[in-house]
Amino acid sequence: MPLTPEIVGKLHEATGARNVITASEELRTYECDALTAYRAVPGAVVLPATTEEVQAVARICYQAHIPFVARGSGTGLSGGAMPVPEGVVICLARMNRILEIDFPNARVVVEPGVINLEVTGRVAPANYFYAPDPSSQSVCSIGGNVAENSGGAHCLKYGFTTTHVLALEVVLPDGTLMHLGKKTLDALGYDLPGVFVGSEGTLGVATKITLRIVKRPESVQTLLAAFHSTTEAGAAVSGIIAAGMLPAAIEMMDHLSILAAEAAVHAHYPDCGGLLLVEMDGPQAEVCALMEHIQEICRSQGAWEIRLAQSETERALVWKGRKAAFAALGRISPNYIVQDGVIPRTRLPQVLTRIGELSTEAGLRVANVFHAGDGNLHPMVLYDRRIAGQEKSAIALSERILELCIEAGGSITGEHGVGEEKKHMMSKMFAEPDLATMQRVRCAFDPQQIANPAKVFPRPRLCGEKLGEYTPHPLELAGVAERF
Amino acid sequence: MTHQGTETLRDVRVVEPESEEELSTALRCADRDGLAVIPRGSGTKLEWGNPPARADLILSTVRLNRIIEHVWADLTVTAEAGCIVADLQRVLTPHGQRLAIDPLWPESATIGGILATNDSGAWRLRYGGLRDLIIGVTLVLADGTIARGGGKVVKNVAGYDLPKLATGSLGTLGVITQAVFRLHPLPRKTRTLTLAPGGMAEAQALLLAIQDTNLAHIALQLRCGAHRDPEMDILLEGTEEGIEAQTARLTSLAAPARVAEGPTNVWGARQEIANHDAVAKFSVLPSKIADTIGAIAAAGDPEWRAVVQATGIGWISADAALSRLRARIESEGGTLTVLRQSPGAAAIDAWGDPGDTLPLLRTIKQRFDPKNTLNPGRFVGGI
Ligand SMILES: Cc1cc2nc3c(=O)[nH]c(=O)nc-3n(C[C@H](O)[C@H](O)[C@H](O)COP(=O)(O)OP(=O)(O)OC[C@H]3O[C@@H](n4cnc5c(N)ncnc54)[C@H](O)[C@@H]3O)c2cc1C
Repeated sequence: MPLTPEIVGKLHEATGARNVITASEELRTYECDALTAYRAVPGAVVLPATTEEVQAVARICYQAHIPFVARGSGTGLSGGAMPVPEGVVICLARMNRILEIDFPNARVVVEPGVINLEVTGRVAPANYFYAPDPSSQSVCSIGGNVAENSGGAHCLKYGFTTTHVLALEVVLPDGTLMHLGKKTLDALGYDLPGVFVGSEGTLGVATKITLRIVKRPESVQTLLAAFHSTTEAGAAVSGIIAAGMLPAAIEMMDHLSILAAEAAVHAHYPDCGGLLLVEMDGPQAEVCALMEHIQEICRSQGAWEIRLAQSETERALVWKGRKAAFAALGRISPNYIVQDGVIPRTRLPQVLTRIGELSTEAGLRVANVFHAGDGNLHPMVLYDRRIAGQEKSAIALSERILELCIEAGGSITGEHGVGEEKKHMMSKMFAEPDLATMQRVRCAFDPQQIANPAKVFPRPRLCGEKLGEYTPHPLELAGVAERF
Repeated sequence: MTHQGTETLRDVRVVEPESEEELSTALRCADRDGLAVIPRGSGTKLEWGNPPARADLILSTVRLNRIIEHVWADLTVTAEAGCIVADLQRVLTPHGQRLAIDPLWPESATIGGILATNDSGAWRLRYGGLRDLIIGVTLVLADGTIARGGGKVVKNVAGYDLPKLATGSLGTLGVITQAVFRLHPLPRKTRTLTLAPGGMAEAQALLLAIQDTNLAHIALQLRCGAHRDPEMDILLEGTEEGIEAQTARLTSLAAPARVAEGPTNVWGARQEIANHDAVAKFSVLPSKIADTIGAIAAAGDPEWRAVVQATGIGWISADAALSRLRARIESEGGTLTVLRQSPGAAAIDAWGDPGDTLPLLRTIKQRFDPKNTLNPGRFVGGI
């Protein structure tokens, strides 16, 4: 249904006219997320300030069959927050309060528009931190993190967003308010927070989130090791894991991404073919002992330079280079596609070799940064849009890389989500019955399919008949009838 | 409809499929014919939850017990649901690895059973529960659909998280036939420390104080019971140096209570409780542990015993006044689940109040199992 003036009027009533955007120039700001290749202009953007306002907006959309898309900071990399043309965007940026900090129980309750890094900022004085640390953490919202089940370098040890979300207040697509999970563990019933986290805005809007915070470890050591190639660096990663160690983070960069990071932030990385960044944390005595062991492993796999960050400043610089890697590529290429795939870590050498071959065949450079500990690859395909046909071959190459990930037994996304960009790849990774089963979940939350309806799944499906109240099985009734 | 627990199941026919396909066929036919199906592993926790409203067929996973793939270098394992937990661990040990979970009765419990009941023990504090360890699942739905969710890699956000949906669903959404887990290295060294903090108030204060440090302990539990002061156990893992340093810090934190190296069998306390006739599990905020133990003590069972983890999850063997205890715990935001009721006791609902999610829980159940074939009536809210 189109967004009639009457409906816009209702939206005005719901959130106040100031918080409804309909001017076409302003709407453009919201036409895409950080994956700028996919765009659509919404009919209206609303900026609610309270849960009740979100409910009111959802009800209006539900009654008029108008699709809506939730939006946090718009840093998503799979087109998840891209609007439905003429639909409504519910932007949570104004709901940005930290509502409660409970140190004895290590819980924090936030609104969805709170920026990831602010949580750590607020609890840092008591030596706590919020563990999931996407590279975009200084701008992305907790609501967006929840929707994408975002990860970061330190998730190898601490777990992804889903590990840290205990409870959610959610506005369902029909406007119903519901409380999934609890501040205590093992809430009764199905693991609804487990299902909602990572659902990419397709099951409703999170309006309040209870997070777990973690105590800062006693000591942290960060090591840089330079290898001739990513193959050697990969062998060192396997060596570390095989030795029974679980570092807080293991990141790998290839030559091209090192060049880019150096050009952007001067992290003083060694100029090498494969760079490993290993961070260990925990009790000091433990970290010192294990770091020695890790250095030995690196040396035995051919590391020709090993540096331990000597101060907090040095450590921060090392991480700044890594976290800037995506943006830094702008320094060495006019355009690039950031890909996100996962492979079993042991397949790294074969997959990298194959990516190298594909890159040569296509005549396009591919830079690689990885969360090497968990096999999450971020190959970045560099191209120049001004050269006819290059964008098309870059897209083709980046999809071919995803297929490699599937063939290796991995996944089409480790943290950026399926969104708009990869929905057609879902049927390559999952069989029809798998997708149909996920659809059952979706229909339970959103039978009309108005919450971010065009994302994640390869094609639209109907939910079948609208289910009514819980009814006993006919046999139960028959049993009852027999007794009478 | 009035039978208690496993009594209902005494004369029920058992089907033991040998493959996922056979299981799917059996389930599809039962569903078509309107039979109620009780999925079963080894049957160690079959009486958990409410007694089934109907039971026509037991669908056993005992013959689906293969370890399908252990890629040790990737720290992952794929196992069938009927695989015994201890058997799985025995295959992992020579590679210096383990599934970091310490469930009840590991020598008989199956992978599918611990997943369906979401049974985790003391290690949960450090390694998380099953929801944090499972990365892939195969689920056979009532209509025979064989569905896979998640995958074989540790990091994966493609599609909805079916592994988490299946975990703790008590076989009411589908029969788990396979699971993929992330593994952890075996510890180099371990040490159990035991101390008597004094009364419950001291125990509570010390527990919170330890949780507020950056010690990297694996588990922390309180053992409590009628007519005795609580005892605290702490499990450390790591290098000799790390364990020594942490022991020293704990010793000074706990003073004047004396910290001693304890016997490792203190970690069996949870299972001793679970072996009783009357067993309940509760979950409260860590800061409410002393309050809760106080309420249990006041409830009136002269022989009550309890084990509580620093996560706020605890187990009690007690019969008295469970409804009142539940009301008290729920009013503080917690839950109390009755796992086993003693034969003579006045039956109470196993679960308690799921809050405003009940309609959604029921809709999910209906979408997955519209004819209410699987474990009817055993779960929350009559599901
Ligand atoms: C430079 C850069 C680096 C990045 N690095 C990482 C990284 O290291 N790891 C990583 O995981 N990601 C990374 N990302 C991706 C992105 O930052 C994350 O996906 C982030 O979680 C998105 O948050 P957001 O607030 O910007 O969400 P948006 O982009 O606004 O939205 C993302 C999705 O969430 C939904 N959504 C938003 N708010 C809600 C809500 N309240 N309720 C329900 N659904 C909602 C939207 O509908 C959409 O589907 C990076 C992005 C950039 C640009």
